[in-house]
Amino acid sequence: MSELSSQKIPVTVLTGYLGAGKTTLLNRILSENHGKKYAVIVNEFGEIGIDNDLIIGADEEVFEMNNGCVCCTVRGDLVRIMDGLMKRKGKFDAIIVETTGLADPAPVAQTFFVDEDVQKNARLDAVVTVADAKWLSDRLKDAPEAKNQIAFADVIVLNKTDLVSKPELAEVEARIRGINPYAKLHRTERCKVALSDVLERGAFDLDRILEIEPEFLDAGDDHHHHDHDHGHDHNHNHKHNHHDHSHSHGGLKHYHDEDMQSLSLRSDKPLDPTKFMPWLQNLVATEGQKILRSKGILSFTDDDDRYVFQGVHMMLEGDHQRQWKEGEPRESRVVFIGRELPEQAIREGFESCIAA
Amino acid sequence: MSSDQLTIASLTDRVKPVAVGAQVSAVHFLGERAAFVCAEEKVAMADAAGEVSRVDVHGGAILCTASDGKRVVTGGDDGKLVSLNAKGETSVLATDAKRRWIDNVALHPDGAFAWSAGKTAFVRSGKGEEKTFDAPSTVGGLAFAPKGLRVAVAHYNGVTLWFPNMAAKPEFLEWAGSHLAVTFSPDNKFLVTAMHEPALHGWRLADNRHMRMSGYPGRVRSMSWSAGGKGLATSGADTVIIWPFNSKDGPMGKEPAMLAPLQARVSIVACHPKQDIMAAGYSDGTVLIVRLEDGAEILVRRNGSEPISALAWNAKGTLLAFGTEDGDAGMLEF
Repeated sequence: MSELSSQKIPVTVLTGYLGAGKTTLLNRILSENHGKKYAVIVNEFGEIGIDNDLIIGADEEVFEMNNGCVCCTVRGDLVRIMDGLMKRKGKFDAIIVETTGLADPAPVAQTFFVDEDVQKNARLDAVVTVADAKWLSDRLKDAPEAKNQIAFADVIVLNKTDLVSKPELAEVEARIRGINPYAKLHRTERCKVALSDVLERGAFDLDRILEIEPEFLDAGDDHHHHDHDHGHDHNHNHKHNHHDHSHSHGGLKHYHDEDMQSLSLRSDKPLDPTKFMPWLQNLVATEGQKILRSKGILSFTDDDDRYVFQGVHMMLEGDHQRQWKEGEPRESRVVFIGRELPEQAIREGFESCIAA
Repeated sequence: MSSDQLTIASLTDRVKPVAVGAQVSAVHFLGERAAFVCAEEKVAMADAAGEVSRVDVHGGAILCTASDGKRVVTGGDDGKLVSLNAKGETSVLATDAKRRWIDNVALHPDGAFAWSAGKTAFVRSGKGEEKTFDAPSTVGGLAFAPKGLRVAVAHYNGVTLWFPNMAAKPEFLEWAGSHLAVTFSPDNKFLVTAMHEPALHGWRLADNRHMRMSGYPGRVRSMSWSAGGKGLATSGADTVIIWPFNSKDGPMGKEPAMLAPLQARVSIVACHPKQDIMAAGYSDGTVLIVRLEDGAEILVRRNGSEPISALAWNAKGTLLAFGTEDGDAGMLEF
């Protein structure tokens, strides 16, 4: 599988709310001396200052698939553009798809799951979200699109950090983590980020799902490093504000977002695959509209291999990954990021899959 | 499968190889010469002896192509629509003002032609008059009706029948989903689209009755009307699927014929212009000639290569040409 997937052209999805700095990052990627050639699919021609005959204008047409599933949408224009780009195979190394500031990243991602021809030639590498450190907190309150983009991200480039104070930065990071604690977060000014941190991430590669641990503030500067446990449950007394609430652990602010959360489940007892797989499939079939991303590393009864899966809304893919290593704790971890997740039902469902 | 092929009649030793040397995405005949349209930049023109000359037509990918037997017209990602004649001379028919990709092209026997870029469909009449139509979403396919100046514009959620010379409101045929290639039956009674999902959709034009043609394992990328329009042969399955159109109800309530099964996907089909035979290309590189009446097969090319991506007969039906995704090609004379 790895060999095949490595021949497929990697596709990076670049999202971010209006004005966050997507174009700055794109220009940086294209102008840096990396010896690679990128085909870039953009919404607005002319914003990119670099001459490249592989910049393609897109119309961001979201099509529903005819399979009766309302959240199963794809980018129709992307299917067509990928088709055309494949005629120029060998002329570029990777593809970057920039979405509009108001776009939901799901249809782009789903295009790479459901279209047979697209799937044959390309693989989704990661969803990279550029966020504006100064304005993101506001946008998370008034723009559901901005929240979607944070929730969906594998990599978050928190840009314009020079325009905010340290407490403001801590605040916005806490808000991001309240929605998506799993994405890699990089603090930048003018999108100055190592390209290796945003490209070739393999975030959708089952072989590269290594661990699922929250990334709390591990944004590359040491003085923010906290080593206390963040895998706690939030069952203390909450003070509810209008939208969210916060509490502190050793000075670190911690938010819960009222409508977008991540839910982490774990068990050190093996799961029964005959219970877990139907439960998971049923869960995404019924709640898939609310579940933006899912990921898991599983230990099944009488199985010496790790099973990994990942999903976008109702689409799941999974496979045995490798043998559990000697001494490696055979622990199952599953995370869901989504909107108004039925937490109690999911927890109970997961518990019921633990082998007796 | 190769053992199956040993038992059938073979013409493989009569195929003249043509060294195209680049991915072939279509082939058309201009007189006795075959024009192999490459995925990028060039058209390779080959005569019956297999002698090849190459013509530059685009500055990048060639996204669409059509031919009326006198010229080959191609649209490219350079925003140009280019015409190539049998002598190998090219002329630029149109250049998109915004340098958008030219996604689709169709030719009318009287010299008119249509193309599309994004949501906009264009028609230029034989007299040089240009008209445009903005579809509700990106144009997936274009086809001229066999009679009159009428253009079918396929798009998301249906097809619009556009009459460029009439003030009348275009007629909209609705069906949920993304419609790509579109074709009229030669008798002008039916319209069929290949959808993004693995299915065809059709309309009987007299009453706009729907025809659903599904069951394919893969997307249908190639459709070809058999001689006289009696059937529509299609790719997308591991057999050639031929839908019957020889009655007033078309394929409604009928089963399609399934011919020439192999353990490979049919990638392209081309019906003979006069007789009830057809050629089929497969994802494993096989080319077969198939008799429509009983499914009898003749082997033209053995399996074991990249998919067949181009296949065509000349107008008289005396020459067959094919090309593959990795630049192999051949011609066969009957």
